[in-house]
Amino acid sequence: MNNKSKNNLFKKISDEMFITSNVGRSARVHCGNYWEWFLEQSKNDMHVARKDANLLYKKFGVTYTITGGEIEKNKLLRNERIIPFDLIPRILSRNEWGKLEEGLIQRIYAINAFLQDAYHEGKIFSDGIIPPELIYQNSQFRHQMIGCNLPDNIYAHISGTDLIRNNDDNFYVLEDNLRVPSGISYMLENRKVMMRLFPDAFKRTKVAPIDHYPDLLLKHLKKTATRISDNPNVVILTPGQYNSAYFEHSYLANQMGIELVEGQDLFVVDNKVYMKTTSGSVRVDVIYRRLDDDFLDPLFFRPDSVLGVPGIFSAIKDRSVIICNAVGTGIADDKSVYPYVPDMIKYYLGEEPLLRNVKTFLCRNKRHKNYVLANLHKLVVKKVHGAGGVGMLVGPLAGKEELLKFKEAISNNPEGFIAQPLLALSTSPVFTSAGVVSRHVDLRSFTLHGKDNIIIPGGLTRVALKEASVVVNSSQGGGTKDTWVSWS
Amino acid sequence: MLLRTADNLYWMARHMERAENTARLLNAQYQFSLLPKEQRSVSYQWGKVLELFELKDIYKGIEKNISPHKVVEFMTIEQSNPSSVVNSMWNARESARSMRGVIPTDLWEMINSSWLEFENIFSENIRLRDLEKSLRWVTEKSYSFRGVLEATMPRNEFLFFTKIGMYFERADNTARILDISFDMMRDESYFSKEELSPREDVVLNDLEMISSNQANKNFYFWVTVLRSLSAFEIYRQVFNDKISPTKVAELLISRKDFPRSLLVCLQGLQKHLQRVSTSDKHLSNRLVTKISAEVFYQTINEEFVACIRDFLSQFLHNIDYLGNVLSKEFLIPMVSGDSGNQTLIRTIDE
Repeated sequence: MNNKSKNNLFKKISDEMFITSNVGRSARVHCGNYWEWFLEQSKNDMHVARKDANLLYKKFGVTYTITGGEIEKNKLLRNERIIPFDLIPRILSRNEWGKLEEGLIQRIYAINAFLQDAYHEGKIFSDGIIPPELIYQNSQFRHQMIGCNLPDNIYAHISGTDLIRNNDDNFYVLEDNLRVPSGISYMLENRKVMMRLFPDAFKRTKVAPIDHYPDLLLKHLKKTATRISDNPNVVILTPGQYNSAYFEHSYLANQMGIELVEGQDLFVVDNKVYMKTTSGSVRVDVIYRRLDDDFLDPLFFRPDSVLGVPGIFSAIKDRSVIICNAVGTGIADDKSVYPYVPDMIKYYLGEEPLLRNVKTFLCRNKRHKNYVLANLHKLVVKKVHGAGGVGMLVGPLAGKEELLKFKEAISNNPEGFIAQPLLALSTSPVFTSAGVVSRHVDLRSFTLHGKDNIIIPGGLTRVALKEASVVVNSSQGGGTKDTWVSWS
Repeated sequence: MLLRTADNLYWMARHMERAENTARLLNAQYQFSLLPKEQRSVSYQWGKVLELFELKDIYKGIEKNISPHKVVEFMTIEQSNPSSVVNSMWNARESARSMRGVIPTDLWEMINSSWLEFENIFSENIRLRDLEKSLRWVTEKSYSFRGVLEATMPRNEFLFFTKIGMYFERADNTARILDISFDMMRDESYFSKEELSPREDVVLNDLEMISSNQANKNFYFWVTVLRSLSAFEIYRQVFNDKISPTKVAELLISRKDFPRSLLVCLQGLQKHLQRVSTSDKHLSNRLVTKISAEVFYQTINEEFVACIRDFLSQFLHNIDYLGNVLSKEFLIPMVSGDSGNQTLIRTIDE
């Protein structure tokens, strides 16, 4: 009964693979070749493939680390989990992708212009577009960056935008991740596994390649170097092997052939950054950091950080080392700033936004707060600084107690919450032990921004594996899918 | 190469080697304890095994009685024992994981998949039914490790630091086994006096000639020592003679043809340390050359064997010191001055 009521939440859900018409269900044009291939596969073959995929992921150690309360004592390995992988790809047409790409590039230009403005003149505030307190009082605001001129004024070199599709088939931006977005390694690994398991499927559909992403990323990072050198030294800075995304850090370092360093491997002399190697100190030009601002430099930020490098921020300000992404980009991907991105596009670029935002209510705004409190059962409430789908309220599915709890929390701390209508996330077929079923999906796309802009044709499709669930985060039982951009 | 990477390579190899050595030793000792003998001598034997690893205190904290079964359990799956096989393999895997971005993928996958199998291989079911199978599995994994290493590791610092770790651990292990064996041999309650003379040794190919029980025991004792180092077959091949403590000492200390002899390990260490040295000022190089020369020029005869334990304890002391200097000069310095058998905590001392 419960399931039924859940399924009736939305009048219409659009599916990524199929179109339902009066005559019945048929595969979309750009998915036709794939679906034809899929129907030729025996169920048994698919089950075998599913087992093989699991083994491949486990053996290769494509894992994320569970942290906090979930850790089981004395069970060393069990704190590492593989993210479930679904065998059916999510396929986007070339046309859809083209539009998406355009929209994403427009968005990153505006965001970058905003970051430059926010840490310099702050025109957007004086012109009354964004309330200044939203930025200046933001916990992600780094006053140390004020007036700091970055090479080419680039702040967000690497970003990962979360997108969803509503039942109108349009893509909506859900989050701009401008700090240390992860997921790219899963995208690459998913494709590798798919090609290994189903080479024939790739013969039927022309799929845009993505394997060259590490090369693109390395080239992109090298280009940012300020020191004149034939071969700038690029490194990845990781918080260490117990970080939940450690797999990705090591994977990228391996794929790019660069050093994966921890804070303890680096030191600063005369505002220059060096790494300790077996043949002495080696100068570092570019740091792709996967460490939050807070931990970067105990002299400037959190003094108790042992993960960072003392003095590194001086080197950054001196431009003798480039850090990607820049310090302080967090103000632009904050959930309370997100509703203003379309305004940024209009303000800085003078263009109409190509990608839509999800309608968002800022509880800090009295009118919005009152609306949210009155309509909690219809809305999705998120913490402004929350991530990973934790501490989120899905109103229509919540019980009375939970609603009351959130009502109180919002009234006590309106600044801490935003609310959005529950969207009819598009679905995609998923292969389970019970056969093919449809599940909700989202998409994380990856953008490289600089003198050139690159969006890798594909991305990471996350899928809510629980029936009717709309939470796709891996920590909440989500899985992933290979994402194809069909080039035919 | 990052200092931290060099350090991880070194410790990865040491832990892998340690897992292998422990498994091999346990297997040989376990075979030995299956022979008919008094209860007292069985617990004596296994007590010595714990002594060899310097683990008696930790063991006593967990278990009062010494039995083959309990010691084997302690040395294989006990998590509070830092030198147990499970911890050695876990540490090797974690070292590999912390540098998986820079070591060959094949090597990482080999180590990781071994770790994933561990739980199953050492499940109560298999371990109790066929201990040898579980222990053989460990040695085989270590062989695979070295195979993948040779096949995929860049032949530069990556391989050199790994080899340094491997040779270091191996030298330490051989010296310890020798030391404890001669200690047991001197023990009057274990060996009767008259057998100390090498003349009374047993002819290998003629077991019928063994008349006294004590000689029998003597024979099996040295076979076990040799088997603990996979040296039994080589001994026969090299000497084609009866087993004598002097010849055992010669094989394990100064023979070039035995892969785990102190000389081979030291020369391996010497070679690879030279390869990673960036200047000729390193103390490690001088130390290793000195220790290696001492081993090389040592005459091994009955007089030497009579006071072999002085030589061995000096050797263990020297190599322990070498380990510390080596860590200080090339890697991340160790916190405590041990040879790695107790605590493996490492930090930077700056």
